[in-house]
Amino acid sequence: MSRRHYDAVDHVRGTSQYIDDVPPPVGTLYATVVGSPQAKGSIRAIETAEARALPGVHAILRARDIPGQNQIGALLPDEELLASTEVAYIGHPVAVVVAESQELARRAAALVQVQVDPEPPIVDPREAFERGELIAPARTFACGDIDQGFSKADVVLRGTCEIAGQEHLYLETQRARAVPQEGGAIRVASSTQSPYAVQKAVARVLGLPNHRVEVDVRRLGGGFGGKEDQATAWACVAALAAHQLDRPVQIVLHRLEDLQMTGKRHPYSADYEIGLSSDGTILAYRAVLYQNSGARADLSTAVLERSLFHATNAYRVPNVQVTAACCRTNLQPHTAFRGFGGPQGMFVIEAALAHASDHLGIPRHVIQRRNLIREGDVTPYGQPMVRARGERCFDELAEAFDLEGMVSSVKAHNDQRGPTRRGLAVMPICFGISFTKTFLNQAGALLHVYGDGSVGLSTGGVEMGQGVNSKLRDIASQALGIRGERVRLESTNTTRVANMSPSAASATTDLNGNATLEAVRQVRGRLLALAAERLGAEVSRVDLIDEVVTLDGSPTDWSWTRLVSEAYFARVDLSAHGFYATPDLNFDTNTETGNPFAYHVWGASVFVAEVDVRRGTYTFEPICVVHDLGRSINPVVDIGQIEGGLAQGIGWMTLEELAYDDQGRLLSRALSTYKAPDGDFMPEVRARLIEDDNPGMPYGSKAVGEPPLMYGIGAYFALREAVRAFNPTARLPFHAPMTPERVLMGLYETEDPEDR
Amino acid sequence: MKINLLVNGALTLADAAPGLLALDWLREHRRLCGTKEGCKEGDCGACAIMLATSEPDGGVRVRPVTSCLVPFGELHGRGLITIEGLNVPGELNPAQRAMVEEGGAQCGFCTPGFIVSLCWYILYSTDPEPSLAGFRDAISGNLCRCTGYGSIFRAAERVVARFAAGGDLEGVWQAPDRVAALVERGAFPAWLAELPQRLTELRVGLEPAKPRSSEAGAPPIAIAGGTDLYVQRGEELPHVSVQMLNHRPSWSYIEVDEERVRIGGVTTFQDFAEHPEIQRMLPSILDTMELIASLPIRHRATLAGNLINASPIGDMTAYLLALGAQITLVDPQGQRREMPLEDLYLGYKTLDKRAEELVGQIAFPVVGADDHVAFEKVSKRRCLDIATVNAAVRVRLSSDGHTVQAARLAVGGVAPIPLLLREASAVMVGRRLDPNLLHQVLQAADGEVAPISDVRGSAAYKRLLARQLLLSALTDLFPRQLPLDEALGLVAPAGAAIGGRP
Repeated sequence: MSRRHYDAVDHVRGTSQYIDDVPPPVGTLYATVVGSPQAKGSIRAIETAEARALPGVHAILRARDIPGQNQIGALLPDEELLASTEVAYIGHPVAVVVAESQELARRAAALVQVQVDPEPPIVDPREAFERGELIAPARTFACGDIDQGFSKADVVLRGTCEIAGQEHLYLETQRARAVPQEGGAIRVASSTQSPYAVQKAVARVLGLPNHRVEVDVRRLGGGFGGKEDQATAWACVAALAAHQLDRPVQIVLHRLEDLQMTGKRHPYSADYEIGLSSDGTILAYRAVLYQNSGARADLSTAVLERSLFHATNAYRVPNVQVTAACCRTNLQPHTAFRGFGGPQGMFVIEAALAHASDHLGIPRHVIQRRNLIREGDVTPYGQPMVRARGERCFDELAEAFDLEGMVSSVKAHNDQRGPTRRGLAVMPICFGISFTKTFLNQAGALLHVYGDGSVGLSTGGVEMGQGVNSKLRDIASQALGIRGERVRLESTNTTRVANMSPSAASATTDLNGNATLEAVRQVRGRLLALAAERLGAEVSRVDLIDEVVTLDGSPTDWSWTRLVSEAYFARVDLSAHGFYATPDLNFDTNTETGNPFAYHVWGASVFVAEVDVRRGTYTFEPICVVHDLGRSINPVVDIGQIEGGLAQGIGWMTLEELAYDDQGRLLSRALSTYKAPDGDFMPEVRARLIEDDNPGMPYGSKAVGEPPLMYGIGAYFALREAVRAFNPTARLPFHAPMTPERVLMGLYETEDPEDR
Repeated sequence: MKINLLVNGALTLADAAPGLLALDWLREHRRLCGTKEGCKEGDCGACAIMLATSEPDGGVRVRPVTSCLVPFGELHGRGLITIEGLNVPGELNPAQRAMVEEGGAQCGFCTPGFIVSLCWYILYSTDPEPSLAGFRDAISGNLCRCTGYGSIFRAAERVVARFAAGGDLEGVWQAPDRVAALVERGAFPAWLAELPQRLTELRVGLEPAKPRSSEAGAPPIAIAGGTDLYVQRGEELPHVSVQMLNHRPSWSYIEVDEERVRIGGVTTFQDFAEHPEIQRMLPSILDTMELIASLPIRHRATLAGNLINASPIGDMTAYLLALGAQITLVDPQGQRREMPLEDLYLGYKTLDKRAEELVGQIAFPVVGADDHVAFEKVSKRRCLDIATVNAAVRVRLSSDGHTVQAARLAVGGVAPIPLLLREASAVMVGRRLDPNLLHQVLQAADGEVAPISDVRGSAAYKRLLARQLLLSALTDLFPRQLPLDEALGLVAPAGAAIGGRP
């Protein structure tokens, strides 16, 4: 299998083209969005005269200029493209300025006065919950008998968590270019993970049938969920302007606009109650999750669902009751972000286990190990666990990296009472793979074999750095029996693959890879039938291996290119469309039970944090991971996903702090104030892979995109341990991220302020 | 403004607004789109390029810079190297090859910036031999959101191995002309070997660039490194009259005599830190610089710019306050005013300086054997971040190491101005340096600071941090006089696990 990234050579030469790297068509105009200056209120007036007066400004478009429906909500119809009467967050788009240059459009936009009669905004999800501001009715996942579980418990502990959101920080900001086509059609190049969502939304906004909207995606400069739904608005803005002005229109968000206007990982507030026996066995777990959904539904209800699915992480809990609600606030509409609600759900039970460890005096990792899911256990959502790997990953971690030795060395370090203290935390994960909306688990692939033996492959998979193109090339070439270089991955385009699901939920390779295998099966079958005919043999005796047709296992003089050429002249169809739908998935939202996942990904990690007791700064020892990967299609890609996911997870738990004021204004709205891990911060990752077969998925592989992010939660609890090694009385509320500020305040927190 | 420059070695006549960003000029005017826009404030490195200049000694210097902070007008008579200029036809250069082999590129958007930074190190670093640490410093201004950096570091290690004993590029690093040697091996495009010659040719008979007269009347905005100016006023600068201070090489110098260190105002952080005399006096300066700014920012940011920006958290400002700097203001008529740096700051971003005055020189007393200097900074992220609080101290001890003869303590981020702690400094002078004195210093300092809550931290945190950084600086400088356990005992909460208090 391959050890390269499909696009790597173009990337390192700077020749990969993102949307605005493609030379713009003559006459291209540039759009900028004007956002609301207030977090809540009604629009009184939009003064545009000054902006219009600037030479080179072509139009200022508002809600009333939308020819179709002013509606882009993906799951619920609650989101206008341009606010018509009410604004609901700072930066809420209200108008579009179109001008001769991007810079001029921005200058003009700054002159547009949006006058809003302000109302007091809600920024706290609990306040929204109390006021009944819910995007959808609250949902509860439950199993066992919760009251009986608590009544049997030796200890019952309660607490709260505050988990902050996270900016995606894709290096390529949101962007799109729309070019009008003949017959009122439009072609949109969009940096989106969901070409079909963009197609549908553009069609709705312009009042066109889907087939008049072509959406094309070559690649994304990072997505991480931030372009699953949130790319749609910008594509619609470009399309609206292009359609109205009959000119090509491009929009590229400035970093500051992107940070201010786009939604992020959902912040959660949560209450937990956990009941354990005195030996640390979990008997009952109850939690209420208040999701800060932001102002519009976006994907919040689906994100919430995954918080429920993963609320008990990798643990067997016999009695569970977890309730979760999408609380509408006046922040940006929060959205998908790698992990999709799962990380927030997991954090809460990990906090509960830390609380239990403090109370029982049993090390946290001992409690974690005691309660891991075993083969055949049934999840709170009713899915029996098969091929459970939680205990195996944990035990291999403990053995391979000498967990007990690490525990002792941390203690020995702290006993020296030098200028630093260390803390250790283990983080096991269990993450379900499949879209939890069952209908999305489908994919199509269109395979063309050209007369010269080169191959073009189109699927619904969007390349955003996660390496789906690399894996699809590997899958297609291996299945065809040819070299990888023969296969070119085409752009992702709605005219070649219809009704595609987003590239999300870690499932892009699973779904599109299986669709590719189906397309290959068809073409290969036709080619082998021809070869058999020409060789005068049964089809079962011929094969195609390493570009050569074999007969009874021996090479013939029929090469791949000869066979393809022969097939063309023999009028054999050298194209095929493959389709795949994941079998045996179901979920009943009435009972909140079913088999929503094709399989689960497992793993375990251990973190050792070192805190500087004078400064409150910290570093991490190399992070040790045992990860369940299935059979790796492309190890370079997979290791990159593990390391990259971990970096985002650690960043979320440590440095990445989204600061808002009480009016809903984002304060950390630039890269100078929002800090993601850099090379200096990022610790080394030592990953061991558990490679065994994953039946039904391409070459036995497993999804890899999201699960490693959740290892990052271990960083939080390792830091907490390190702080408490210095200041055992530190209360350290479960507030994430654990910034250097929280660490220093914890190190020097006194129970009585007079003591200081 | 019409300027003459080299773009990847090609003589180019270009016309654009002097305040336009090099990044925008490259992408929009030249359609050299390998250079990416990530943040437009020098915080991500996606737009990294190299800037080649002729030096007064006749040599050529190539610096790594972020093109989002470099004004077009400054490029007159200079050379740019972009990602496109580093491509070898049909081959990959050493950085590119290693990044491909290790999977160092995922989405690819940050990748050209990383390649430029890695290539700068390979081509132009003055390290005696390549190292992972050197590469890490070279990419200290590059952010990647996909990889977690592991694959990029492994790529750097691959390059190091190629130059090491037994590698295919063994000996090339130490060649008298490394660039030519690399070109000869086919590792880089041939034009790079000709860059010095072409830059010299460009400069023969070069007239100063003529600004357009359109904005006559308005006083020009002076730009030196632009590292903060473009962040604050980036949208405005292409439309106003600007004055390129970096075209005054005579303002960049470091002179040391027996009493004073004198530094030209547009001296960059990097030139300051690399100067042998500065390194001799301030042995920790390179480590300090790592905290202060990324490599490309250090190559642009000037000392005067840091002072004039008047940010309460200016790192070099705190440092120079502690060193005891005097500044010399110069106006267009050549009138000079000298003052102690602390007198420059009247209030938040309010200076005792007329608009037309520039900081011509910064001077401070030489740091002698009995002088002890430390700088402390805590930010959310250790590197490539702005301080939440910083602190700098300069303490002179008696030769027996017991008595404080002079002290200057400065902190940033805890007042509207960069703060010289006059009282805390005064408390120290003439006193025996021991934990009791430390306690009094910290108390005095606490009375002088008045932090506010903002995006970088709460007021309570900043107050605590100011104390802790002064404590850290002094305990690190004087471990014998201020034992860590005793110092922590002064401040730690009851029950804390520190030595002697089990």
